[in-house]
Amino acid sequence: MKPFDLQRADGLAHAGQLCADKHTAPIAGGTNFVDLLKLEVETPSTVVNINPLPLGGIEETADGGLSIGALVSNTATAVDMRVRENWPVLARAILAGATQQLRNKATTGGNLCQRTRCYYFTNIDQPCNKREPGSGCGAIKGVARLHAVLGTSDHCIATYPGDMAVVLAALDAQVEIAGPKDSTRTVPVRDFHRLPGDQPWKDNVLEDGEIITAVTLPAPVAGRQVYRKVRERSSYAFALVSVAAVIDMDGDSITRADLAFGGLAHKPWHDPRIADLLVGQSPSEALFDKAADLLLEEAQGYGENDFKIPLARRTLKAVLAEATGVKP
Amino acid sequence: MPITINDQSHELPDDPRVSLLDFLGTHIGLTGTKKGCDHGQCGACTVIVNGMRINSCLSLAALHDGDHVTTIEGIGTPTDPSALQLSFVEHDGFQCGYCTPGQICSATAMADEFANGWPSDASDSLTGDIAITPEEVRERMSGNLCRCGAYANIIDAIMDTVTAEKEAQS
Repeated sequence: MKPFDLQRADGLAHAGQLCADKHTAPIAGGTNFVDLLKLEVETPSTVVNINPLPLGGIEETADGGLSIGALVSNTATAVDMRVRENWPVLARAILAGATQQLRNKATTGGNLCQRTRCYYFTNIDQPCNKREPGSGCGAIKGVARLHAVLGTSDHCIATYPGDMAVVLAALDAQVEIAGPKDSTRTVPVRDFHRLPGDQPWKDNVLEDGEIITAVTLPAPVAGRQVYRKVRERSSYAFALVSVAAVIDMDGDSITRADLAFGGLAHKPWHDPRIADLLVGQSPSEALFDKAADLLLEEAQGYGENDFKIPLARRTLKAVLAEATGVKP
Repeated sequence: MPITINDQSHELPDDPRVSLLDFLGTHIGLTGTKKGCDHGQCGACTVIVNGMRINSCLSLAALHDGDHVTTIEGIGTPTDPSALQLSFVEHDGFQCGYCTPGQICSATAMADEFANGWPSDASDSLTGDIAITPEEVRERMSGNLCRCGAYANIIDAIMDTVTAEKEAQS
């Protein structure tokens, strides 16, 4: 681990001022960040301890939603009775990720900002445009089992690894961000993470000096909530494919189909055309196949991860069948 | 503020790079907590901080000012072992023993999570009563690896203790 100075944030503005320097990074739970410090993937000159900031609460919002502070642990979110009762898909996604030890430390903001688990990114002896711009991408013609099949570029095929954000994208949650000079902005989770394009080192839209303060869930909606995660083993593994779904029906007609996908792209994948296709229709296997056609229209495998394309189709169809009650 | 470890107060290290795990083992001589992978994948370094189990390898000691840490040395001693430690002996819940301190710290905190009614990925219901089953214990202990593969006996040891604790409470 490279030497760094450790500073303590005395308030949000102070944290933002310190983190405005591009060689400075905030630390919250640190479960991913400390690992990357050890691997010397992250080499900041200064680390700012933001844990003293008052961002550790979960509060109801005026419109019946829930504001989850950036420093709330993943465990605290998953066991909050309001979350368990009204947004069970969020509790399910968090509980499907990592281990209890990690969830106890990992935070809302840190979970959103966690880095990819691409093997080339975490190995400083390998080329990686995300870690070292211009060095190339080892994964494109290499070991790519975990990698993306949607929204890739010639520069990077890494995936966003988390579960929580996939559900937040399905729920259309918002990321609350504090910036310089007491400014604030709100970014939908669906727009928070980026596709790699030709700047794969930018995981998300946060600028230097901006700090996530909370994630806001909209008011609960009616319908079935499902999070299905397909992985190499039944616990403590990243998603190969995951599907988050909130599906409501009126009689035989689908009235809501909020879907997002993990394991497929550099961001939680949300395609508004799928809801447009499904809403107003009667559920059937043929309809579910059309939804999968839309999802995977531009999917591209890289050899080892080719299996993700049929796996995503099967997982989506299974989730839609479960949520609508149609026998597959 | 100092850090409290097993009811004893200690000054934190000056170097911010020191992990809580290295602080325990090399700075204050509590060598019961083990370094397995040092990357949060094996759970050998599990300790309990303010009642919650964490991977001490992935936590910087300097961030723990004011925290209360319980390590394996704080859970039991050779002359006064905890019920769970006795159960590990009873069930032969280890072979080489290297993962055992982490297994025991992890399962000790897990018992509290059951008592709190916290669900896991293996729970059928997020809001109802949770039955203590081997399936639940396996899921909740998935962050603790045993390279000897003593899992069957580890699960038996934990099941016995956690079930007995629940019966004692009811």
